[in-house]
Amino acid sequence: MVISTEFLAKQYGHVQAVADLSMRVGPGEVFGFLGPNGAGKTTAVKMLLGLTRPTGGHGTVLGAPIGDREARRKIGYLPELFRYQTWLTAREVLELHARLIGGASAISRSDIDQGLDEVGLGARTDDAVGTFSKGMQQRLGLAVALLGNPRLVVLDEPTSALDPSGRADVRALIGAVRDRGATVFLNSHLLSEVERVCDRIAIIDGGRVLASGALDELLGADALRLRATSLGAEARSELARFGRVTEAADGWLSIAGVPPDRQPDVVAFVVRRGGRVHAVDGGRRSLEDRYLELIRANQADESAAASDARGSTPAGEAP
Amino acid sequence: MTVVTIARLTIAEAVRRRIVLVLIALTLVSVALTTLGVERLVSLARADGTNDLQIQVGISQILILVAFMFSFVLAMTAAFLGAPAIAADLESGVAAAILVRPIRRAELVLGRWLGLVVVVVAYAVASGLLEIAGVGLVSGSAPPYPMLAVGYLAAQAIVLLTLAILLSTRVPAIASGAICVVLFGLAWMAGVFAGIGTFLQAGPLVSVAEASRWLLPTDGLWRGTIYGLEPPIIGAIVGGRVGPAASANPFFAAEPPPLPFVAWSAIWVALVLGLAVWSFSRRDL
Repeated sequence: MVISTEFLAKQYGHVQAVADLSMRVGPGEVFGFLGPNGAGKTTAVKMLLGLTRPTGGHGTVLGAPIGDREARRKIGYLPELFRYQTWLTAREVLELHARLIGGASAISRSDIDQGLDEVGLGARTDDAVGTFSKGMQQRLGLAVALLGNPRLVVLDEPTSALDPSGRADVRALIGAVRDRGATVFLNSHLLSEVERVCDRIAIIDGGRVLASGALDELLGADALRLRATSLGAEARSELARFGRVTEAADGWLSIAGVPPDRQPDVVAFVVRRGGRVHAVDGGRRSLEDRYLELIRANQADESAAASDARGSTPAGEAP
Repeated sequence: MTVVTIARLTIAEAVRRRIVLVLIALTLVSVALTTLGVERLVSLARADGTNDLQIQVGISQILILVAFMFSFVLAMTAAFLGAPAIAADLESGVAAAILVRPIRRAELVLGRWLGLVVVVVAYAVASGLLEIAGVGLVSGSAPPYPMLAVGYLAAQAIVLLTLAILLSTRVPAIASGAICVVLFGLAWMAGVFAGIGTFLQAGPLVSVAEASRWLLPTDGLWRGTIYGLEPPIIGAIVGGRVGPAASANPFFAAEPPPLPFVAWSAIWVALVLGLAVWSFSRRDL
């Protein structure tokens, strides 16, 4: 395993930033790490990189205990809110990091030029970082993270400052990293990006993993969604023979586990039983739907647990 | 090796961000103006028939006051270079990007310290020697131990720089700088109190003031600078005529700082630097 954690936790005073984080990321995977603001994503990443000390649990990165110095030689990292030394040129920033990586992994000047070329900064190598736009700084950050062919690349919001073509470039770069067998740990809010590049994902909130797995497993392949009116209650219940039925408030019916070749049969059945079909969506659920469902359910659970806790306070005692 | 990489980065930063340029320009202006002042003073005194010994005594006092000005400027420089050394890197995220590399936190702190020590010591030595040479050129008088004076000036700056770096591992840059400057001022005042206390034979006051001199050794080192700039004749005159009252003068030193105090100053720097490494190693980024 490239990353393996068991019940990793971080507590700041009374605030539990990360609780019982257990996950595994294998070699050559592009792993998406998702969650709302304040879910504990960046704290988790900083623990994996040895920047923040866990208050509980343990883990390994590249086979060594988290924070191990030798293992860090093979990790590339793009921090979230960052600014490299504005008074250095792009090439000097990479030269500095090449010296800091040191060891046997000698990084030549041509490696540095090539790295800057790959992120589209080939024409700006000798310009001061202070003159760069936000998007260019993010490209430079990517070049720093990819320097020296790391075996694990941790990207914290790598496309937040990029335009659509910049995002496409980053997707291509991530693909290239995977192709050479390295692992990418991608922390992002941009669900559509994650859906396009990640093999596996974990969704966290309140410092806990709510769901994790391959994208197909998580989104549930082969679901059929349709919006129909004039369909009787009996017919609705009979739909269950095609798969598990869930009914949304907006009139959409979702039938899980319907393979594409059976989907016309479902529509025909509804029409036969007098239903009027307004729309049919044969694709699987989007990551956004699944994400929102998990986060909302978790937040509802948390507020229910909080009100239970208040309710169970014995009378006469301060809550 | 990593320490040297960080130190070089720190020096390059001071040069590129024009801090060194500003320091050089200000030094040249100060040296030019004070040298011009001394030249006028010497010419007018000679024209007036003042004897050379009197002129020499007068010049030495001016040199000590100029050194005091430089010591204050150097203290401010050390405080405001040291204060953002770690804090600014934490705020910009540069520290996180660097510390993910296979380097120890101690290497970052020591590299920062070493780089700034080079800048501050180079500034102290260059400005101090230039001033002494300028005054020597126009007045013909030279202090007895110029290198000693400059050395103590630099040591004082190193002490304050080290303190600023310790604070920088936990406190925002502006606050660290302000704390250092205030402590520097308080340490100087404590030295003045100790001198007056000795004269008035106020034992408890002397003890407290002496203790503070050991807590922050800047003022004790400043006495070394005075000693290095003072012609022996002043020691003989003042010490003989005024006796213990001489110690009440913050611009007079009858003898150099005792060796145990100098040794303690070196240990103090090592301890505070060690504390800075420990403090930074324990903090979450």
